[in-house]
Amino acid sequence: MARAVTPSRKAFTTVVAGLLGLMMFFPVLWIFILSFKSEGDAIKAPMEILFNTGWTTESYGAVQERSDYFKHFWNSVIISVGSTVLGLAVAIPAAWAMAFVPGKRTKDVLMWMLSTKMLPPVGVLVPIYLIFRDLGLLDSRVGLVFVLMMINLPIIIWMLYTYFREIPGEILEAARMDGASLRNEVIYVLTPMAVPGMASTMLLNVILAWNEAFWTLNLTAANAAPLTAFIASYSSPEGLFYAKLSAASVMAIAPILIMGWFSQKQLVRGLTFGAVK
Amino acid sequence: MGRIQLKQVKKAFGDVTVIPPLDLEIEDGEFVVFVGPSGCGKSTLLRLIAGLEDVTGGVIEIDGADATGLPPAKRGLAMVFQSYALYPHMSVRKNIAFPMKMAGVPQDEQEKRISDAARALNLTDYLDRRPGQLSGGQRQRVAIGRAIVREPSAFLFDEPLSNLDAALRVGMRMEISELHEKLETTMIYVTHDQVEAMTMADKIVVLQAGVVEQVGTPLDLYRAPQNRFVAGFIGSPKMNFIEGPEAANHGAHAIGIRPEHLDASTESGAWKGRVGVSEHLGSDTFLHVHDTGLAETMTVRVDGEFGLHAGDDVWLTPDPDKIHKFDAKGLRIT
Repeated sequence: MARAVTPSRKAFTTVVAGLLGLMMFFPVLWIFILSFKSEGDAIKAPMEILFNTGWTTESYGAVQERSDYFKHFWNSVIISVGSTVLGLAVAIPAAWAMAFVPGKRTKDVLMWMLSTKMLPPVGVLVPIYLIFRDLGLLDSRVGLVFVLMMINLPIIIWMLYTYFREIPGEILEAARMDGASLRNEVIYVLTPMAVPGMASTMLLNVILAWNEAFWTLNLTAANAAPLTAFIASYSSPEGLFYAKLSAASVMAIAPILIMGWFSQKQLVRGLTFGAVK
Repeated sequence: MGRIQLKQVKKAFGDVTVIPPLDLEIEDGEFVVFVGPSGCGKSTLLRLIAGLEDVTGGVIEIDGADATGLPPAKRGLAMVFQSYALYPHMSVRKNIAFPMKMAGVPQDEQEKRISDAARALNLTDYLDRRPGQLSGGQRQRVAIGRAIVREPSAFLFDEPLSNLDAALRVGMRMEISELHEKLETTMIYVTHDQVEAMTMADKIVVLQAGVVEQVGTPLDLYRAPQNRFVAGFIGSPKMNFIEGPEAANHGAHAIGIRPEHLDASTESGAWKGRVGVSEHLGSDTFLHVHDTGLAETMTVRVDGEFGLHAGDDVWLTPDPDKIHKFDAKGLRIT
């Protein structure tokens, strides 16, 4: 039975939810505000920054002048899209097999894959760094595509697995009865039904790869550096450049924020899929 | 043509045998119903015929040719599933066209068969909708349409009506029976509902634990059940069973008498009892009679207007010609 919701209770929960939302969004908002201040103003006390300082776009100009935004942007695009496409190419057959032809150890395999996410990445930094050095993959986009693909693979496989599991077996049997060969079953029945799941998996993975900072910072120098390195270059030993750092951050997160905004319905559906029937 | 023969067909999942070796013949054009309680292996048997499960042993012949090793698509059978199993991303038209597309039927022939099927199944106005926009009954008709256009040698139905509400079920039952009369194609129909079995079948196969208990026409099973299981399963409400001295009087270990073959009277009769619950259906009333000294409860069918209440005394008299006799193993004594 649904609990009765009194107006005051509703108002209270609305306020609490609003505050929580603000808390989560506040850092992004603050970065946005700081990016439109001069370096001198940006280090003042918060209240002063909000009410007693002027607005300027000089940081954006300075950032663009000092480092090549578009180079980093393209590196981010190539690395996140590349690792996602490669990840899906590996994960789709894997998830497919586990969902439709589960074996005795399917659950164990899934758990084992997920367990790799429990290891702190820094634990394998040295070996991976050395391997990359020997293979000449340091500071290369190809190397990053591989690393990010492997980092996110367990999540892609899990998501796809839950999606594929939701496709009723009887529909596949119906296709078989209707005379579809395995190839046609895959092309005409399975794939169209699996596409929404693949799409939200892809979206999530692009976002994860775009925001990934540990590996991208440690394995790149100049050539393959994505936007994460672009941001990091403004928190340097030379001193604090709050305004420029903020401007760089806004420029780095804007594309993915816009993409996420337009695809949020698909994303939420993807993340909660199978949770509620 | 659609003659199907099962010869010593056996199915085991690992160490568990669900269907011990079984023989069955289904004639061309017959409407055969597999009926039995949940888990009796009736769906498994249907899936073996369809080719969706592999047999553990034995031979399945379709029209005299060995089909045991053939994949489902090559057997020329069409199946209607309990969940309808429509393709959710395709329109009704494309759902119905799918098997023809797979078989490479020419486009104009496809169109013709789709419009024929749509007309026969009242789907003409819905051809461009998706399955999600249809009611349960309409979805079931699409599933049947998809089966018809293949022109299969036999139709397989796996509990097709169990997801529909009661009123719709009666209507669909009629439609499927009419379809069978029109197409004259073999139909194998699985259900746990003995009413569906009785009303639709030319031949009923009663299954229990993978074993065929009896094969016969609905009236054969009703009039002369081979054993106590069939006697209890066919007919609603269930047959009353009486053991002990009263059964011995008839020279049997147990006797069975159907509720409709007992006469109830307020004055006199063979057995005296007391009315417990009475179920009024309008046209009929079912009395549950206790304290007869024969069985815990005896069910009697009486006229809808029969005025007896809980606690009233009642006398029951069986129709002597309609008493079924069973031996200690539960087999019929003739």
